[in-house]
Amino acid sequence: MNSQIINIALPKGRLGEKVLKMFEDSGFSCEEIHEPNTRKLIFKNPEAGVCYFWVKPSDVAIYVERGAADIGVAGKDILLEYSPDVYELLDLNIGKCRMCVAAKKDFRDSHDKTLKVATKFPAIAGEYYQSKSRNIDIIKLNGSIELAPILGLSDVIVDIVETGTTLKENNLEVYETIVPISARLIANKASTKFKQEKIAVLVSEIQKRI
Amino acid sequence: MLKNSEIAILKLRSLYESRGYTHFKMSKFEEYDIYAANKDFLGGESIVTFTDANGRLMALKPDVTMSIIKNTKDGDGLTEKLYYNENVYRVSKGYLGLREIMQSGLECIGDIDLYNTCEVISLAAKSLCIFERECILDISHMGIVSYLIDELSVPDDIKKQLIKCIAEKNVHGIRSILSENGSKDETLVELVSLEGNAEESFEELKKICGARPLHQALSELESVIKILTAGESLAKIRLDFSVVQDMSYYNGIVFQGFINGIPEKVLSGGRYDLLMKRIGKSKSAIGFGVNVDLLEDIFECSSEFDADIALMYSDSDDTAKVFKLADELSNGEKSVRVTKKLPQRAKYKQVIKFCEHNQ
Repeated sequence: MNSQIINIALPKGRLGEKVLKMFEDSGFSCEEIHEPNTRKLIFKNPEAGVCYFWVKPSDVAIYVERGAADIGVAGKDILLEYSPDVYELLDLNIGKCRMCVAAKKDFRDSHDKTLKVATKFPAIAGEYYQSKSRNIDIIKLNGSIELAPILGLSDVIVDIVETGTTLKENNLEVYETIVPISARLIANKASTKFKQEKIAVLVSEIQKRI
Repeated sequence: MLKNSEIAILKLRSLYESRGYTHFKMSKFEEYDIYAANKDFLGGESIVTFTDANGRLMALKPDVTMSIIKNTKDGDGLTEKLYYNENVYRVSKGYLGLREIMQSGLECIGDIDLYNTCEVISLAAKSLCIFERECILDISHMGIVSYLIDELSVPDDIKKQLIKCIAEKNVHGIRSILSENGSKDETLVELVSLEGNAEESFEELKKICGARPLHQALSELESVIKILTAGESLAKIRLDFSVVQDMSYYNGIVFQGFINGIPEKVLSGGRYDLLMKRIGKSKSAIGFGVNVDLLEDIFECSSEFDADIALMYSDSDDTAKVFKLADELSNGEKSVRVTKKLPQRAKYKQVIKFCEHNQ
């Protein structure tokens, strides 16, 4: 059983670095990954039985759902938006932020018209307003969401808010909080069964460090 | 030559026929109404619809179970045992396209006693073993899950969230939902955390259920585990309560099968008396489906060569002689591609030029 390697998808960026440290502190270190200027894509440590790779944060769930990675770390926002068929084993309590509705400071919501919502997260926004029986028009954007209400493209935005600085600088403010977000450890359902022991050890070691 | 996936389907067929299940063949098109009324049964998957020549709204069959139920007679006291092998159609998740899925499975409809339950679950386990790889059958009981959730007396939308968390083994999620609703109950957490072999986890399960009136469900599970683990160990049978199916359709034992090398569940099924009731039938029913398409990954190691021999000829060659040589070379055993020009990237074990051979 010890020959089994666990494939781990890490989200590129600051959150991923934190997560990697967490894994390494838990006894799943990997020297290769710290080599400067490396062009490698996959980093293995057969002794610890792990293999890491960096992927775009929004792709982690896809790698895990399709079994290319056994486990991975993804933000709750991604899990809510794409509802992948995976196990959500731990809340890592890092990368904390909120999914919010934000609007211009002088915004007044009038219920007598369709609300225009700009967002990167159409599923989350759609479900939130459906739960309030609100008629909305979703405008799917891929970046610079804050621009939308300023230019009158939308009434409000649904986006991730960490400190609120960007909002403030653009004369926007949080209108409502939809759900708190943090990084989650997710696992492929089949891998969790066939590599059960190794994944269980890894999860319990990580859990000690949350 | 049969492909491995075709052999697998044949093996499944003969497995089901060995227990007296008869083949059920159905139309690809059906009236949309029946699916519209029971949409959640398909796990929220979208249905492909169109109108027929009379303007009726029709569906490309998204599932086999409901068609079979519709066609069963009620009130004759008989137990029907049917198997199927059909293509079903769904709208794919994520991008706007249609998917065709090959599904194999069986349904047992009528008086579902302990024998029939065990027969269906053991056929499910044997279906997984046909593929000669490590396999696992996870079993759960909706009766127990829904009792423990109902006991918390929370509103329906919270129940739905709890079920989602159970399916995700999301222990932190369960705890936070419960604490928001003023409960510190750990029963669901314990239930989801059950692991290990079926007999051991059953003992744990008994402790979790304690004095609750769940004797019937527990004894059903106990008998099934006993009978299934008694014979030659086939698939590894485990208790796993993260296997949850929609509570408005499934009521008893539910199960899911996994094969090592395939990243998602290959088999899924359970006891669905409530769906029967919704379609207006009084009989009980249990069944399962195997997603045969998923098996392609472990089977179709596509052959290294396009054919054994490529026989090249030109316009000046005598066609009758080329024909004869092709026959001789093939001899009923080898594959011979007769061609004037070799396709790019094609690979053959041997390339023979007719003009050279004929000299």
